[in-house]
Amino acid sequence: MVEARNTLRDEPSESGHFGLFGGRFVAETLMPLILEVEQAYAAAQADPDFATELTGFLTTYAGRPSPLYFAERLTEHFGGAKIYFKRDELNHTGSHKINNCLGQILLAKRMGKTRIIAETGAGQHGVAAATVCARFGLECIVYMGAKDIERQKPNVFRMNLLGAEVRPVEKGSETLKEAMNEALRDWVANVDDTYYLIGTAAGPHPYPSIVRDFQSVIGEEVRVQMEEAEGRLPDTLVACIGGGSNAIGLFHPFLDDTDVRLIGVEAAGKGIACGEHAASITGGNPGVLHGNRTFLLQDNDGQIRDAHSISAGLDYPGIGPEHAWLHLQGRVDYVSASDTEALAAFQLCSQLEGILPALEPSHALSYVGKIAPELGNDHLLVMNLCGRGDKDVFTVADALGANL
Amino acid sequence: MSSKVTKSRITRRFAKLKEQNRAALVPFITANDPNADVFGQILEGLPAAGADLIELGMPFSDPMADGPSVQLSSQRALKAGVTLQGVLDTVAAMREWEMDTPIILMGYYNPIYRYGPEEFAKAAAEAGVDGLIVVDLPPEEAEELNQHLRDNGLHMIFLAAPTTDTTRLPRVLEHASGFLYYVAVKGVTGTKSADMVQVGAAVAAIRKETNLPIGVGFGIRTAEQAAEMAAFADATVVGSAIVDIITDGLNDNSEADAGLSARVLDFVKTLSDGVRGARASAMTQAASGGGS
Repeated sequence: MVEARNTLRDEPSESGHFGLFGGRFVAETLMPLILEVEQAYAAAQADPDFATELTGFLTTYAGRPSPLYFAERLTEHFGGAKIYFKRDELNHTGSHKINNCLGQILLAKRMGKTRIIAETGAGQHGVAAATVCARFGLECIVYMGAKDIERQKPNVFRMNLLGAEVRPVEKGSETLKEAMNEALRDWVANVDDTYYLIGTAAGPHPYPSIVRDFQSVIGEEVRVQMEEAEGRLPDTLVACIGGGSNAIGLFHPFLDDTDVRLIGVEAAGKGIACGEHAASITGGNPGVLHGNRTFLLQDNDGQIRDAHSISAGLDYPGIGPEHAWLHLQGRVDYVSASDTEALAAFQLCSQLEGILPALEPSHALSYVGKIAPELGNDHLLVMNLCGRGDKDVFTVADALGANL
Repeated sequence: MSSKVTKSRITRRFAKLKEQNRAALVPFITANDPNADVFGQILEGLPAAGADLIELGMPFSDPMADGPSVQLSSQRALKAGVTLQGVLDTVAAMREWEMDTPIILMGYYNPIYRYGPEEFAKAAAEAGVDGLIVVDLPPEEAEELNQHLRDNGLHMIFLAAPTTDTTRLPRVLEHASGFLYYVAVKGVTGTKSADMVQVGAAVAAIRKETNLPIGVGFGIRTAEQAAEMAAFADATVVGSAIVDIITDGLNDNSEADAGLSARVLDFVKTLSDGVRGARASAMTQAASGGGS
């Protein structure tokens, strides 16, 4: 039963729950720290100076607002809905991750923390974290799965150039899940001076809210920009989902605009049926991992299964708890796109728009290609182009059989 | 609190140890590590080797609060095919020959959640489990499991950490049962050594707030350290140091050598001797002016 509500934008509850999902499933050693982060964040929100400082950095350092771009040739190609890109790949560091990192680094500074740890999959969050640490003069350690280090070499070197230490995690699937385990273990062992800069809208409360709030600048800008461009709100918003930070950032300001259709695109990897995918909602069940309850890929005994996606940023067996909740509320449609479909969309976007998208939003674009032809040419569709594809050229070359 | 719990094996065991004026030794091993056979030999020998309570790890794919030793043991056990039901079956089998030694299961919430908290509590009680430590269920999230544990006469054992300050401690103690588990180090299992002075002060402070027995674990690797803890704690938990003996006794194909279970049990015996001698030697030292 879905209860009628006045707003979908006032979650989570005081205890950090989005209905069944979210919460604070962490070891006792971390619990006091989580509470400290929660208090510090509440104080920051209540302080107008914090917002002013953040807006200043978002404008002059990250380059916000990012443009809303009419993708004319893709629109012609698909022959239906009018397709816009929210150009968050044009941000400093090349993805939406900088929005959250700037917010959290200002929070960490207020808390007097001197050492920053982060996990990363594709390396986009790692680069953004390393960037803000360089800017604010804080030590930065990034945990990254060994497999991801191999497939995202350019980002590893970028992090090194920025002065961060990248620690390879050679356990399990050697991807984002293991990187997050190691980051949590580091935090438990270094509670006094360390701030954990989580990159996606997941983890223990208050992180899903913090990351969502800092990413909501994406959706807020889209509201204003679409109003300027077309004189009204968009009809459909599409974003890719790993943990789901770019998607929740785009969606959240529109949750109560029930005429706006929201679509999250998970990574179907080699196909949902074969089991090698990263689509937690489409192919998973509720469970508890990394501090929150959400949809997870797991076996019948509750052991977490390895995810698979060609995109390191989506290669995670869970999803942010607010997405899990929005799924049960029926407010957001969660669909999926495969490795092959994402690769095709990557090439199409490069050739028609002169933009190399990251493999992550290539999943979203693939789904846009499925629905756009069915929609009228007055239908306004916005896709979050949340990252640029330079980091993926080796992976794409490999998939296309090209030798670099 | 139900009468079942007050008459539990854990309560009886701590009452008896109090009469004997000594602390409990609580060895930790991961269920079915490194395989069912060797694990069975170890489990069978533990009570005689001096285990007063036994803590069994429920393997999980992502043991976030554990260091490399327990991570490896968890992976071995999963590779050997153990399931949560398998862990319960192991306990049930043990209860056919051993009725007095309390068994505590330690692990992470997801396998229990997947099993179903209510079904799990019933099945665990039937199998002869006495208590649960669920690392990622702090008091804020624990009630969804704990209500069923209470209904089935099982203890939920909560952790207090060096970061748990005096304002938070009542929250932890509110639902604590069986004993309180003090985490001796800021860190994951098996990576740092406990600081006896800090731990002693923390245990003394917690004692003012609760009548529950207080066990100490994390960072205790030797018989000497176990003995030092046992001078002021009610129970000493040793895990990674035991697990490391198993790790060291396996070849590249994860096959155990013939003497492995005996070596594990010998080590538990030395730990137990340390714990049993702890208060006597502490008293002797105090009497001769050699105490601190």
